[in-house]
Amino acid sequence: MALGLDEVVKEYPGGVAALRGVSLEIPDGDQVAVVGPSGSGKTTMLTIMGTLERATAGRVEVAGHDVVSASDVELAGLRAHEIGFVFQGFHLQEAMSAVDNVALGMLYTGMPLRERREIARVALDRVGLAHRRDFKPKQLSGGERQRVAIARAIAKRPVIMLADEPTGNLDSKSGGEVIALLHGLAADGATLVLITHDEQIAAGFPRRVQMRDGEIVGDDRS
Amino acid sequence: MTSAAAAPPRPTRIGSAKLPLRELLGTALQGLRTRRLRAALSALGIAIGIGAMVAVVGVSASAQANLLSEIDALGTNLLTVTPGQTFLGANEVLPDTAVPSIEHQLGVQNAAAVYQVSNANVYRSPLVPAAETGGIGVDAAGDNLPNVVGTTMASGHFLDSVSNGFPEAVLGAQAAQVLQISQVGGHLMVYLGNTWFTVVGILKSAVLDTSLDSTVFISLPVAERMFQVQPNPSEIYVRANQNDVVGVSNLLAATADPQNADGVQVSRPSDALEARAAAKGQFTTLLLGLGAVALLVGAIGIANIMVISVLERRGEIGLRRALGATRRHISSQFLAESAVLALLGGIAGLALGAGATEVYALTRHEPFVVPLYALIAAPASGFVIGALAGLYPAAKAARLSPTEALRTT
Repeated sequence: MALGLDEVVKEYPGGVAALRGVSLEIPDGDQVAVVGPSGSGKTTMLTIMGTLERATAGRVEVAGHDVVSASDVELAGLRAHEIGFVFQGFHLQEAMSAVDNVALGMLYTGMPLRERREIARVALDRVGLAHRRDFKPKQLSGGERQRVAIARAIAKRPVIMLADEPTGNLDSKSGGEVIALLHGLAADGATLVLITHDEQIAAGFPRRVQMRDGEIVGDDRS
Repeated sequence: MTSAAAAPPRPTRIGSAKLPLRELLGTALQGLRTRRLRAALSALGIAIGIGAMVAVVGVSASAQANLLSEIDALGTNLLTVTPGQTFLGANEVLPDTAVPSIEHQLGVQNAAAVYQVSNANVYRSPLVPAAETGGIGVDAAGDNLPNVVGTTMASGHFLDSVSNGFPEAVLGAQAAQVLQISQVGGHLMVYLGNTWFTVVGILKSAVLDTSLDSTVFISLPVAERMFQVQPNPSEIYVRANQNDVVGVSNLLAATADPQNADGVQVSRPSDALEARAAAKGQFTTLLLGLGAVALLVGAIGIANIMVISVLERRGEIGLRRALGATRRHISSQFLAESAVLALLGGIAGLALGAGATEVYALTRHEPFVVPLYALIAAPASGFVIGALAGLYPAAKAARLSPTEALRTT
């Protein structure tokens, strides 16, 4: 199982409960779209799956590891090797070329720069940006930037890919391309969890989880 | 890549997050390159502080080297013999045989004596009031005095055999200045103890014993005849063999006055000068303190810039945490940026300080010296100061929540 959440509660200081007992099992290779209104707890759930935050209560299993008992350093190792993130805001380093941005995605694996750059070139080829390798983010279109960010996430071949509104800053055409790209890459066997507002995008996923007020209110398969 | 159907067992060990030193340095440099102007300005603060300190150290070392080289040129083998004082404070008297005895001592190259003429003063003319002596003393001296003391003539010649029979005088450098005589020639005379003396020469300054500079010299026979001077030397200058200065020095007192060696004082003028040189090398604490203050201000500037940088780069910090950076990786990145920044400032400061020393040395015609330790201490202190200044911002960066990257768009 790639991801397992069992009665997960997340409360923030001040008593705000972002998650109120979420249980969800996502087997290896599953592709899940998470939908729900703003403030329903989608992003909180994603950050807990991605081990960026710890649950207040409940059991969390990521890539076969019990995350609750793991140390911060172990969690960082898990993120470095097993988890790939794609953000709405791309988070590319403006001063770095596309290939170096992708190589940055593997920095904390301890791999030497030469090797990382080589893998980064291959990853850029896979997202169709071979001709944009040495471009800086400012020289790229929005869709291209998100494809660089996707290349950064997949380059280390993570077991789990987590995407938070990856098309939120894109027009529908390049958004569609990005989603198609994510489907194609995840078809290799990686588990994909994607948050979206877009019903049409969600409809393209084999599994759709609906959230509201910190709880899962729907879990459909097609 | 594993597939759902096969469901192979997962490795139980989690791969660890790593950031090798090389990558850390590369990351720090990348961070600085991205904000060049800001980095340059904050490094400048450190550069000025370290530059000021290097300049203080360099200038004093150059001044010291200059004095030492002067001493070396004059020789450190000059010894002086003077009468000491008795137990009750009365002045001892050196015997008139002291000079010939010393000249025969093993290891002595040559010796020259001066004899104080205490009852005579020098004036430009008899019209000058008697009280205005200008602080100039009168000594009788042997003709080899300049040779032994290590000075030469600025003008004219020293006392010679003619001077033994005639009233001739030679002026020390300072005495000539006071008497307003810059050159000998014609029948230039000074009024010395009720008699006109012809000025035959002016000495250059005697660095090893500047008391000779404010003295007017006449010959011993003339002094004996006109001023009833006894042939007991008031000071004897001795040149010893360079490799036996201490040995000669130890025996000099007994040679000068075998019957009363305790009443003889022997000293080595270069020792005092070397002490003065050492004192010159002791850079003034005040200036160094000013440099330290500049350095402190520079360090605060770096800390300030790094704090701002951390706040601005919350997104980058969150991204790096998402990519697998531990808190320690984040703090080391900012610490390294800060330390490298100040290290570059330190290197620039070294260049700045060395340049200032070079300008000083060139204008003063002194040797250019920057102490070896400054070459290491300047960059090293920059590095340490930067690391200290970066401690708080680095800790702040490490404490930031990694979810920032997801929140900011």
